[in-house]
Amino acid sequence: MKLYLKIWRQKDANSKGAMVDYTLNGVESDMSFLEMLDVLNEELISKGEEPVEFDHDCREGICGTCSLMINGRPHGPDSMITVCQLHMRSFNDGDEIVIEPWRATAFPVIKDLITDRSAFDRIQQAGGYISVNTSGRPVDANAIPIEKDKADESFNAATCIGCGACVAACKNASAMLFTSAKVSQFALLPQGRVEAAERVQNMVRQMDLEGFGNCTNTGACEVECPKGISLENIARMNREYLSATLKG
Amino acid sequence: MGKLDSKVPSGPLADKWTKHKNEIDLVNPANKRNIDIIVVGTGLAGGSAAATLAELGYNVKTFCYQDSPRRAHSIAAQGGINAAKNYQGDGDSVYRLFYDTIKGGDYRSREANVYRLAEVSTNIIDQCVAQGVPFAREYGGLLDNRSFGGVLVSRTFYAKGQTGQQLLLGAYAAMNRQIQRGKIKSYTRHEMLDLVLVDGKARGIIARDLVTGEIERHSAHAVVIASGGYGNLFFLSTYCMGANVMAAWRTHRRGAYFANPCFTQIHPTCIPVSGDHQSKLTLMSESLRNDGRIWVPKRLEDAQAIREGRLKPTQLSEEERDYYLERRYPAFGNLVPRDVASRAAKERCDAGYGVNKTGEAVYLDFTSAIMRYGREKALTSGMKDPDEKTIRELGEKVVENKYGNLFQMYEKIVDENPYKTPMKIYPAVHYTMGGLWVDYNLQTTIPGCYAAGEANFSDHGANRLGASALMQGLADGYFVLPYTIGDYLSDDIRTGAIPTDSPEFEKTEKEVRERIEKLMSGRGIHSVDYYHKKLGKIMWNKCGMSRNEKELKEAITEIAELRKDFWENVKVPGSPDSKNQELEKAGRVADFLELGELFALDALKRNESCGGHFREEYQTEEGEALRDDKNFKYVAAWEYVGKPKDSKLHKEDLVYENIEVKTRSYK
Amino acid sequence: MSGLIKSSLARKFVMALSGLFLVIFLVLHVTINLASVISPDFFNEASHFMGYNPIVQFLMQPILIAGVIVHFVMGFVLEIQNKKARGIAYVKYKGSANAPWVSRNMIYSGLVILAFLGLHFYDFWVHEMTYKYVEALPQDPTRYYHETVEKFAPFWRTALYVVSFVLLALHLWHGFASSFQTMGVNNKYSKGITIFTKLFSVVVPLAFAFIAIYHYLNPITH
Repeated sequence: MKLYLKIWRQKDANSKGAMVDYTLNGVESDMSFLEMLDVLNEELISKGEEPVEFDHDCREGICGTCSLMINGRPHGPDSMITVCQLHMRSFNDGDEIVIEPWRATAFPVIKDLITDRSAFDRIQQAGGYISVNTSGRPVDANAIPIEKDKADESFNAATCIGCGACVAACKNASAMLFTSAKVSQFALLPQGRVEAAERVQNMVRQMDLEGFGNCTNTGACEVECPKGISLENIARMNREYLSATLKG
Repeated sequence: MGKLDSKVPSGPLADKWTKHKNEIDLVNPANKRNIDIIVVGTGLAGGSAAATLAELGYNVKTFCYQDSPRRAHSIAAQGGINAAKNYQGDGDSVYRLFYDTIKGGDYRSREANVYRLAEVSTNIIDQCVAQGVPFAREYGGLLDNRSFGGVLVSRTFYAKGQTGQQLLLGAYAAMNRQIQRGKIKSYTRHEMLDLVLVDGKARGIIARDLVTGEIERHSAHAVVIASGGYGNLFFLSTYCMGANVMAAWRTHRRGAYFANPCFTQIHPTCIPVSGDHQSKLTLMSESLRNDGRIWVPKRLEDAQAIREGRLKPTQLSEEERDYYLERRYPAFGNLVPRDVASRAAKERCDAGYGVNKTGEAVYLDFTSAIMRYGREKALTSGMKDPDEKTIRELGEKVVENKYGNLFQMYEKIVDENPYKTPMKIYPAVHYTMGGLWVDYNLQTTIPGCYAAGEANFSDHGANRLGASALMQGLADGYFVLPYTIGDYLSDDIRTGAIPTDSPEFEKTEKEVRERIEKLMSGRGIHSVDYYHKKLGKIMWNKCGMSRNEKELKEAITEIAELRKDFWENVKVPGSPDSKNQELEKAGRVADFLELGELFALDALKRNESCGGHFREEYQTEEGEALRDDKNFKYVAAWEYVGKPKDSKLHKEDLVYENIEVKTRSYK
Repeated sequence: MSGLIKSSLARKFVMALSGLFLVIFLVLHVTINLASVISPDFFNEASHFMGYNPIVQFLMQPILIAGVIVHFVMGFVLEIQNKKARGIAYVKYKGSANAPWVSRNMIYSGLVILAFLGLHFYDFWVHEMTYKYVEALPQDPTRYYHETVEKFAPFWRTALYVVSFVLLALHLWHGFASSFQTMGVNNKYSKGITIFTKLFSVVVPLAFAFIAIYHYLNPITH
């Protein structure tokens, strides 16, 4: 099939970017979206132009590196997948496809479609852990029985891949779904309760410092999240935060 | 051979590690504050090592090419992690895990290392649960287990199909805690380009900031290479796109021996290649072999009809199907180890029984499991005489609960519903058992340079069992390296900070810059991917699942020629002083083009078949691997001397004092 | 506690709480208004009580006004922050694919309601204040019904009111249930809350609109 691509090109963080048009022929429906971009890049290189840079790594939907806004939606038109799992059979011959980087003040563009998502790392560093020594000798794993439902819920929150689609989708560029997923994972486990109050306060403080927007409960993040992280996590974080702050 | 001292402590096997820990030198906490350690790679091994080293008090710098430590490819491990907890009470023990791993590795791994791995495996689970890793649980609230290939007990802990992700996020969280404390400085989007040696000791690295293109010098008292495996040598693999051998290969070029490069794991259950545009292969977890049955048509004409689309697999009756694993290996059936399952698939496809357009695919069928579970479910829900359809529906629900995410992934990629029609699978490169040679302390042949996780060669011999990679990565990082490294560093407490303006740093940086310049100044005919794909084809066709002398010799010549072509004609657009993904790829492919040659050489010199290394000349009448313990019971450690094909072989003889070396049989 | 004032979450709590407070006020308001359709006498009585009871006048009324101001000011503050958080706008952004229109346009439905409140205050509150404090006219417990109905004589005012009630409905449709989520309530009752929200956000504005239209269609003839 033949595609008309409009792609954001930007030399580096300090340059101004613009949309550039490309026409691409010979795209097969079995290709993944990123393989389609590979084909475009091979063409550009052979023409002596600089290829389009985009973030990608595992290409199986788990590392969270790929991050493209495709026709106005993070990770494209399909649901519950990342860009690397999107296949060209979701598009038709002659389609126009607009490809942009995540847009958020907290995710500045590095080059072309690549953004700097280190803000997410800093939120995790602020408290996304249980303070247990790795070199220590903790108690036997089965000495801490955990209700299956709770463990499963915790796991579901923990499946966040940190791709940033929630921020990209949110009209406010809010990072609440991301932050609340980590807060929830630990808040639901007995091991995580000890530091729960401190954790939620520190992580929210860092989230605010990074310049993300506020949650207005539109639910866009939940719809676009490739791992289906639930809005319940945001409510849980709100609850945790409220009780932590009132207590102390 | 004086250099190849494995430093395995003396004494009974079960006491070696404890005794060793008691005897090695330690660095006191105050002195640790004056010691810097560089960790390259932040996957399970690197991430856990960095966290623990920082926690012990060392100043740690971590480097990863990804934009965050959380994205290392350990995250993609699906199935699980082994530990000899014996929670199921099915007779598991440290010894049994040790024995299974040695046997699974086809008696080509070091006994003492493997025993230590099995010993600390239980600590890993305790540690991870304490860190909040949400493993799967039973309704009673205790941890659940499942079974993997090549073993007869249930010892695999898991978190749905995302065990690697959860374990990595655990290590990442531990790292974050130390980053917050200021004990780890994390350099993301940075790539190690070379190792700096001062007075023969590893004292730092040269790294490139992948965003600005800046070349940086970083010094330390010790360097840990935890940069993963080199399966991307084959271009198509289940590895992530960025996985590379640069850190390990540069270390090798600086004097670290590279062990058993030809020991590669080809995983039997991956989604087959669909076309030339393909950039990577996707794994379908080994756990699927718990319930899926592998088959091809019995008759050649049926296989051909299926390939041409005239026949559907569901139209073939039971009698017309060849469940070849169950036929050949009745004891283990579909759960034989990976190397055995892969080779058997290749054998059938080579014989003309392949079932997709390219003729390189076999079926993984869940119908039996669906019907079995369906009947069970119908019984337990008190249904009387349910019809086929109801049973099928019930069964599909059960299967969805167990493997839903994998089935969904398959459907997204292949556009076929695996509940209704059998999955098509084919082996793909998945893991490399070979890597930097290390002694019992995980130190390479360069003093002060350590290797952990998949980057070293240590524990899996010639074939890795499922769910053992996560175990080894975390064992090395959390429980082994942080202690053994102290033995070396105890001599460095008075050294003080290592300056980066020494002639050694100067010289290494200059070499790095020249190399980049050379990469950028190719004549510009072909892209990097062009060469990478060509290399991959050579590797897959001539150094893949089965190898022979003639083709290995051809591979050595062809790779050398391709390398020459690459350096003359590669095209790297853009500038070295900015983000440049083509330049990043070029550097990695350049190293693969050297490693590929050594790989073929290693395979050529190993005149036996063992584990994942199958030489056509050395097989039994039934087509099983024929090991030669008399001549090849050794680790092949290669020393770099200039050209890869001239590399010098050093042998570390493998001594088995505690188990009887037998022919591996899964029949 | 000081962290509470500065954090984004705290601001959201303020939005939710003030919003819920205004919802409660709406219930009171619509109840009394409905009386104007059913029983003019009761309406007069209630209005007079509200107009002259010191607790209502000097405690509840300022709280209400404060609540309105806080809700609006915080709404603007958050909106500005949110716009800043995006930075560069997307060339193509398909918000409709993942979130309902009402949730994405609270600021616009809010602005219309604010404009309406301007008119509404001018119509009734300014009038009351002038009557009671500026001109200091004597108490007249029977004037309210008559004044109210007269307000709806012009078509344009009735139409503006009705349009505003539609926007109020849209604002409530998202805002009411949303405040529970913000307060951390997302559990087995959430479904009920959502259903109640939808009922509430239709019924209450509909009642307001009905009252306005009713009075427009049934003017007092002397």
